[in-house]
Amino acid sequence: MQFWIIQGLNSLSLGGLLFLLSSGFSLIFGLMRLANLTHGAFFMLGTYLGAVALRTYSGLNIWVTAIGAGIIVAALGGLFERLVLTRLKTNPLGQVLVTLGMSFIISDACLVLWGGDSIPVPTPHNLQVPTRLFGFVFPTYRLVLVGVAITAAIALYFLIDRTRLGAMIRAGVDDRQMARAVGIPVSRLFTIVFCLGAGIAGAGGVLGGPILSAYPGLDADMLPLALIVVILGGIGSLFGAFIGSFIIGFIYTFGTALFPELAYIILFLPMIIVIAFRPQGLFGRVSA
Amino acid sequence: MTISRRQFVSSLAGAGVATMASPNLAFAQNSGPIRIGLLAAKTGPLASGGIDMELALTMFMKERDYTLAGRKVDLIVADTAGVPATARTKAQELVEKNDVHCIIGPLAAFEALAIADYLTEKQVPTLGVAAAEDMTQRHPSPWFVRLTSTSAQCAYPLADYAAKELKYKKIVTIADDFAYGHEMCAGFQRAFEDNGGKIIQKIFTPLATPDYGSYVAQVKNADAIFLGTAGSNGFRFLRQFIEYGLKDKMAVIGGMTALDESVLRNMGDEASGIVTTSWYSAELDNPLNKAFAPAFRKQFKYDPGYYAASTYLSGEVLEGALKTIKADAENKKALMAAIRSNDVETIRGLVKFDEFGNAVGDVYIRKVTRSDGRLVNSVIKTYPDVSQFWTYDKTEFLKGPVYSRDYPPAKNLEL
Repeated sequence: MQFWIIQGLNSLSLGGLLFLLSSGFSLIFGLMRLANLTHGAFFMLGTYLGAVALRTYSGLNIWVTAIGAGIIVAALGGLFERLVLTRLKTNPLGQVLVTLGMSFIISDACLVLWGGDSIPVPTPHNLQVPTRLFGFVFPTYRLVLVGVAITAAIALYFLIDRTRLGAMIRAGVDDRQMARAVGIPVSRLFTIVFCLGAGIAGAGGVLGGPILSAYPGLDADMLPLALIVVILGGIGSLFGAFIGSFIIGFIYTFGTALFPELAYIILFLPMIIVIAFRPQGLFGRVSA
Repeated sequence: MTISRRQFVSSLAGAGVATMASPNLAFAQNSGPIRIGLLAAKTGPLASGGIDMELALTMFMKERDYTLAGRKVDLIVADTAGVPATARTKAQELVEKNDVHCIIGPLAAFEALAIADYLTEKQVPTLGVAAAEDMTQRHPSPWFVRLTSTSAQCAYPLADYAAKELKYKKIVTIADDFAYGHEMCAGFQRAFEDNGGKIIQKIFTPLATPDYGSYVAQVKNADAIFLGTAGSNGFRFLRQFIEYGLKDKMAVIGGMTALDESVLRNMGDEASGIVTTSWYSAELDNPLNKAFAPAFRKQFKYDPGYYAASTYLSGEVLEGALKTIKADAENKKALMAAIRSNDVETIRGLVKFDEFGNAVGDVYIRKVTRSDGRLVNSVIKTYPDVSQFWTYDKTEFLKGPVYSRDYPPAKNLEL
């Protein structure tokens, strides 16, 4: 029984982490039809910024740090979109390659700046004591992370579904040409969404830090996860990304616990099955 | 720089003897610098170790004013990026373009294996760091020596210590799912179970594991957990292990890279008390290390660990051999013979080589303690002259297959 409860909570916390990682990717992919391969690097940059900030200023609060890192990464993302991606807008393949190149630049810059050692992101003091419930022990921070992910999901839902900006984004996702025709400034929207996506990744990087630590290669470990979640959940659908994150969280956690030999493929199996039978993903609005 | 009279005389003498020893060699060829190639991963996920390898070897050369056995030295550093194919290209470049006399490195087993055949074919003396067992067991090369340890060599003494002194009965092992982790856990298991202990669970995690939570939650109840990890993965696992409150329930012990000095410098008090094993510690109390470790710390602001020590050690062994052959590095056979036959006092203690070219030397059981405000690996016991075959019979040992995930078979797993 304890096994199922602990691994269930593990699945939820991993799902929360995956949502913070992949929601930004989903937003960008949905609107811009761009597989932003820099996303893992944005996430890693966030983790490093958080690790360094929290180590240097011990009084700093992780939530404030996450917002700060989110803003920095968002600004960087905005610059990248304005200065590089827009120039390549007629060349989608070129755009993807450029995002891949950018991810190499960021990861090498992190290596030069912060060295090759893993740097831990300290767990907030008040959350360091494990939670004890009915005789089992679970890290409090992971529980809080689930709450944070759900809060972020609700906030994003309101942004997309209830605001004017959200309505424009939805219009852009559904039919870009038509949106342009009715006067929606699609290219400015691109920049905003790219900033937003990058910012969520940066903030998510900080919040994932206490579980993951900052280390060279974090970007390459995270990027496939974002891709899997988004492909499974459906392109352009935040709800899909949300459900996809938790599905992957459960499959990964129980898969590696029950069938450790399958650890390498356990993440890809559900994705392949979904692609085979439902190419647009579980909740996709458009096909890839 | 100026050349002192003694250096001048000794280099003349060296050249003279060398010319006598191999009369076909032109004098001019012999008077240039000795070219030493270092293969180190300075970028990519292994960069932390690779950078330390370069720093320490450069420091070694600077201390000697880039002169070994009276002859100038050119150190050529090539970045393998931790990729086997790149390691192969760079090795070829060092041999064919730079015409190096010997090679030090590389760090990872898969890099070393990718270049082993080439270097043997080209007859380049290689001072290795990588730990793959078979490089000095079932497939040794006359041109390869290893100054550090095989994957399992340092694990045997720890298994012995865990069974006899710590009186552990049941242990869980966890390691990265590749040859290094398999081999180390296999060796640990063999020695521990031969001493009456039981390995009740073996966990191998993929190199890219996003979340260790699901693995931590699987760990069965035992006296201790053995970390056969290297670099960031073990460190990340350990943090989750502590977060789940398991450190209060069972002890943690580790292999030669699990709590390396490079990992310790990013840890806090949670690491205190963990017992690990290695052929080196920055705290070693011998005159050479008493000079090296503080000097390294003074220059780079952290303690040297496995990787830094490995290349400094390579420098020491190489210098010893060059002195024996009077700096005649062109005579590769003599150089290799001298490397293998010399017993050299180094920062890790006295190093000898067995007939397969693997180091026989002291292995240290260490405990993480705090000293001058930083975490260090204090030596608590020394196992003298540990061989890669431990106490097993060499012939019998080599008859068996190489260690792997499933060999030797684990008979005491709890389901």
